[in-house]
Amino acid sequence: MQLRPDTTRRRFLGLAGGVAVAGAVPIVTVRPAEATPAMLASAIRNVTNGAAVKTGKVKLDIPPLVENGNTVPMTVSVDSPMAPEDHVASIHVFNEKNPQPNIGNFYLGPHAGRAQVSTRVRLADSQKIVAIAKLSDGSYWSASVDVVVTLAACTEELI
Amino acid sequence: MASALINVPAKAKRGDIIEIKTLMSHIMETGYRHTATGEVVPRDIITSFTCRFNGAEIFRADLFPAISANPFITFFTTVTQSGKFEFEWIGDKGFSETASASITVE
Amino acid sequence: MRSFGAITAALLVAGAVGATEIPQAERRSGYSFMKPDTRAIQDEDTANPGMLWVLDGEALWKRKSGATEKACADCHGDARTSMKGVAARYPAFDKATGRPIDLEQRINSCRSNHQQATPLPFESRELLALTAFVARQSQGVPIETGADPQLAPFIAKGRELYMQRQGQLNLGCTNCHDDNWDKRLAGSAITQGHPTGYPLYRLEWQSLGSLQRRLRACITGIRAQAYDYGAPELVELELYLMGRARGMALEAPAVRP
Repeated sequence: MQLRPDTTRRRFLGLAGGVAVAGAVPIVTVRPAEATPAMLASAIRNVTNGAAVKTGKVKLDIPPLVENGNTVPMTVSVDSPMAPEDHVASIHVFNEKNPQPNIGNFYLGPHAGRAQVSTRVRLADSQKIVAIAKLSDGSYWSASVDVVVTLAACTEELI
Repeated sequence: MASALINVPAKAKRGDIIEIKTLMSHIMETGYRHTATGEVVPRDIITSFTCRFNGAEIFRADLFPAISANPFITFFTTVTQSGKFEFEWIGDKGFSETASASITVE
Repeated sequence: MRSFGAITAALLVAGAVGATEIPQAERRSGYSFMKPDTRAIQDEDTANPGMLWVLDGEALWKRKSGATEKACADCHGDARTSMKGVAARYPAFDKATGRPIDLEQRINSCRSNHQQATPLPFESRELLALTAFVARQSQGVPIETGADPQLAPFIAKGRELYMQRQGQLNLGCTNCHDDNWDKRLAGSAITQGHPTGYPLYRLEWQSLGSLQRRLRACITGIRAQAYDYGAPELVELELYLMGRARGMALEAPAVRP
């Protein structure tokens, strides 16, 4: 894969930009270049309050190799009867390496009939995506997928 | 101009589980991009999406900058009676848009 | 950068063999190069973000504008009938200027002459919306561009530009889109460069964009100086490309990576 050199180049360009700003402005707030596994863990803890997260019940459909990281279709479904006494209360999706770790929180209930949501997400780089479902009994279940993002051959300055 | 596309079946049978698809015009500017002169482009995203049926909330989502431009969200609901779905998108810079769709349950 | 240099070198060698035009039977829309997930975005109106511009365009079509207080609909009526097949004939010969003009330029000429309104800037939401709305009425219609004999010299100029090597990479359009369309450039399919879906929603842009925007991006990609929006060279290139795609079905608003 050609991803590694490109990632490095992007980081370098980001750094060079920061230096240029530092020359003109005395105070520079340095934003982390990407979320870290620690930030991912912390974002998940914010949702679960530290409760155990079991693997299973959740299915995360996302192409393993995407054509463009700006618009990646994603579907999360949970194996659940969606009955008043046993249903999915919410679904939370996280990523490892975008600038920040949250993608979306989705709140549903037994009336949904089917515990499934779809959306489209941005992935700045190849990374791990984690989906966590909170069930009505208070348990948490998860699935994760590693996605490879290919970078366009001819990119374009957008701004 | 802010257009929305909503896909809700016009008719359904009582107890059917239907899929609702929504697409909303929005740039979803992440707040992490810079202009050529190095200035940060301020964040401008939709932060919340809600769907209500006959006034009661049936689905809600918190959105983050990782959601693609022109947010596309689909979900399911069980229909028990005829009525009106109301959709609301709220975001940065006072963004607030609504749309609605009716369904007849036989 | 080293890997990109290697790809360029490979293309240059292939290019040296000589440009060969794609046989009619082997022509393929960019759609056929896409993965199923990306095709699905184009396949359904509610999933296709390009339809948001079409909706905006429909509203603009009915809105009164300019000193004459006229809407497009006041002259052209229901676009579903009056505009069907129109986009499939553009760029078309414009008697007033004696040159080909593309669909965006036709809309702006209509605004200036018949609505006495200011022309809409290239790539503005409004111009893209109106163009998408008009082009949408020709979805599925085979492209007919280039039938007018007055266009012949301009098609020839467009073809010349298409074949011309230029830029720091010293590449012509043909070196990729005729000679190497079955290969990939890094992760991306090269495609045959048939403009069947413009204006289209490009995932890279996260927006709708015109064929001129795509051409300018491609020209920048080969490290050449891009022509300004509306430049005769760009319109001639559009004209040649649409003529090259004659018979293929219009897909606007298409979706591409």
